[in-house]
Amino acid sequence: MSLKDAIATCVQNGDTIAMEGFTHLIPHAAGHEIIRQQKRDLTLIRMTPDMIYDQLIGAGCARKLVFSWGGNPGVGSLHRLRDAIENGWPCALEIEEHSHAAMANAYDAGAAGLPCAVFKGYRGAELPRVNPNIKFIECPFTGERLAAVPAIRPDVAVVHAQKANRKGDILFEGIVGVQKEAVLAARKSIITVEEIVDDFTDIPFNAVMLPNWAVTAVVHVPGGAHPSYAQGYYKRDNAFYKAWDTIANDRERFRDWIEQHVMQGGPQDFETRLKAQQTKAEA
Amino acid sequence: MTDYNSTEMMTVTAARALKNEDVCFVGIGMPSAACNLARLTHAPDITLIYESGTIGTKPDVLPLSIGDGELCETAVNTVPVTEMFRYWLQGGKISVGFLGAAQLDKFGNINTTVIGDYDNPKVRLPGGGGAPEIATSCGEIFLVMKQSKRGFVEKIDFVTSLGYGKGGDDRASYGVTTKGPSRLITDLCIMEPHPTDKHFIVTSIHPGVSRDDIIAATGWQVEFAEEVAETPVPSAHELQVLRELHARTNAAHEGQ
Repeated sequence: MSLKDAIATCVQNGDTIAMEGFTHLIPHAAGHEIIRQQKRDLTLIRMTPDMIYDQLIGAGCARKLVFSWGGNPGVGSLHRLRDAIENGWPCALEIEEHSHAAMANAYDAGAAGLPCAVFKGYRGAELPRVNPNIKFIECPFTGERLAAVPAIRPDVAVVHAQKANRKGDILFEGIVGVQKEAVLAARKSIITVEEIVDDFTDIPFNAVMLPNWAVTAVVHVPGGAHPSYAQGYYKRDNAFYKAWDTIANDRERFRDWIEQHVMQGGPQDFETRLKAQQTKAEA
Repeated sequence: MTDYNSTEMMTVTAARALKNEDVCFVGIGMPSAACNLARLTHAPDITLIYESGTIGTKPDVLPLSIGDGELCETAVNTVPVTEMFRYWLQGGKISVGFLGAAQLDKFGNINTTVIGDYDNPKVRLPGGGGAPEIATSCGEIFLVMKQSKRGFVEKIDFVTSLGYGKGGDDRASYGVTTKGPSRLITDLCIMEPHPTDKHFIVTSIHPGVSRDDIIAATGWQVEFAEEVAETPVPSAHELQVLRELHARTNAAHEGQ
C-alpha cells in the first residue's frame, strides 16, 4: 500500500490520532502525508509532541492536543504549538495535559482493554485542578488514594519501525517508547518501515514485534522517521532539530517551509534527505 | 587556583552529590551534565536512567534529547516507556531523581508548566513530562538550577511537581513516603531543607560569592545555616573531564 492510500483510507477529519515515538522512530513521513491531505479537526495524542506535531498544528490540522511534554528537546519551545495555545494561530487549540506516567499508563490501559488506568501519580501536583480527566480513587483493598485517567483509545495509531517481513509482521528495536501499546490500543494502525525483508531470521526471541494481524497498514518508507532516527539505519539529525527553532519561530517562514517541503513533496523525499545528510556527514 | 566559571562550579558541585551506588533518574537539561560528570569521575558504577527507557546508560557525549540513540547503544537494558514508569519508577527502584526547574519555591516545589495563568499563560513551558512522578517516587530528589529572582520565587505560578508542599508534614499528607528535595545546588550555593519546617536553608556558599549575592538572586527571604561551609572548588581533573565532555558533545551535535 502507498502512504497516500494508507492515510486516505485510515485517517478521517475529526479523528483521534496517536503518532508515537519517544525521540526515536517518529513517523515524520506519515505526518507530512496528513498535512498534504489537509486533514482537519484532529485530536492529536502524544507523550512528547515535538517537531512533527508542531508542523501538524501550524498547518491547521489539529483541534486538540493530548500530551505530557511539549518542547523541542535540548533546543527550546515548539513555536507553532505555543502560537496556537497563546494566540490561537492558525486556529484555537484545546489542550489536555498529563504527566508521562499518566499517559504511559493510559496507553497500557487502552491496549489492555481497560476503561481507565490506575497509578500512584499526581500526588501534590496541580494538573488535576485544570484537567478534569484526572481523578482520584480509593484502592478497594488498602484504601490508598490513587490517580486515575481514562484509557487512551485512538481511532488511528501511526508509528515507524525498522523492519517488516513480506507478511507484514513488524520488528522494533532500540528505544521502543509506547509504540506497541499505542498500536494495540487503537482501532486502526499505520506502520511505516525502513525496510521490508523476506523473513525474520536470527532475531532475538523477545524482540518487540507486532504480528501482521494486529496492524492495519504497513508501508515501506525508507528514511520515514527523519529528522528523528531509526536505530541501526541512521542517527538523529540534531542539527535539523536546532534549525527548526528558526524556521518555526516565524509564521511566514514556517508556511514557506511547509509549502516547499511538505505540500510540494512526497514520501520519496525522505530517502533523498537522508542521503544528503549522510553525504554531508562524510564530506 | 584553577579558573572556572559559575556554571562549571554548579555542575561539579551537583555531580559530587551523587554516589557510586546510586540509581539515578536523570531529568532533562542541566542534570544530564552533572550526572554524567559524576559517572566519568568519582562514580563510575552509578546507574543512570533516562525516561526514554534506557537503564544504566554510559553516553560518550551528552544527549540533545532524552532519547538519543547513544543512550540506548550504551545502556545495560532499554525497556518500554510503560515499564519504565510502572515497574522501575513507581515500583520504587530508583534512589535519586535529579531535576531542574523553570520556577522553584523555598519548599522545593517545581514549576515547568506555565508562567502566568494556566488558561491564559504569559509563557507556555514544555510541561511536566516525567517530573511529577519522579518527584514523588524516587528515594530523594536533588535539584540543580541557576539562581535568579525570576526563577527562585515566593510563590510559583503552577505546582507541576511536589517538593515539600506548604512545608512541615505537608508532603506526607498526599500519601508520599519518599524523602523529597534533599539538596538544591545553584551557581551560588548549596541549600538544604530545614529539618522540620522544610524550607531551604543555605548550608554552603561557593567561593567568591557573598551572602548579598545570594539574597539579591532569590525571591524569598534567604535563611543561612548557623555554620555555613565554603563549597570546595572544582578540581583540575573534574574541570578537564567536564570540558572534554562538552567539547565532544558540541562536536557531535554540530557535525551532523
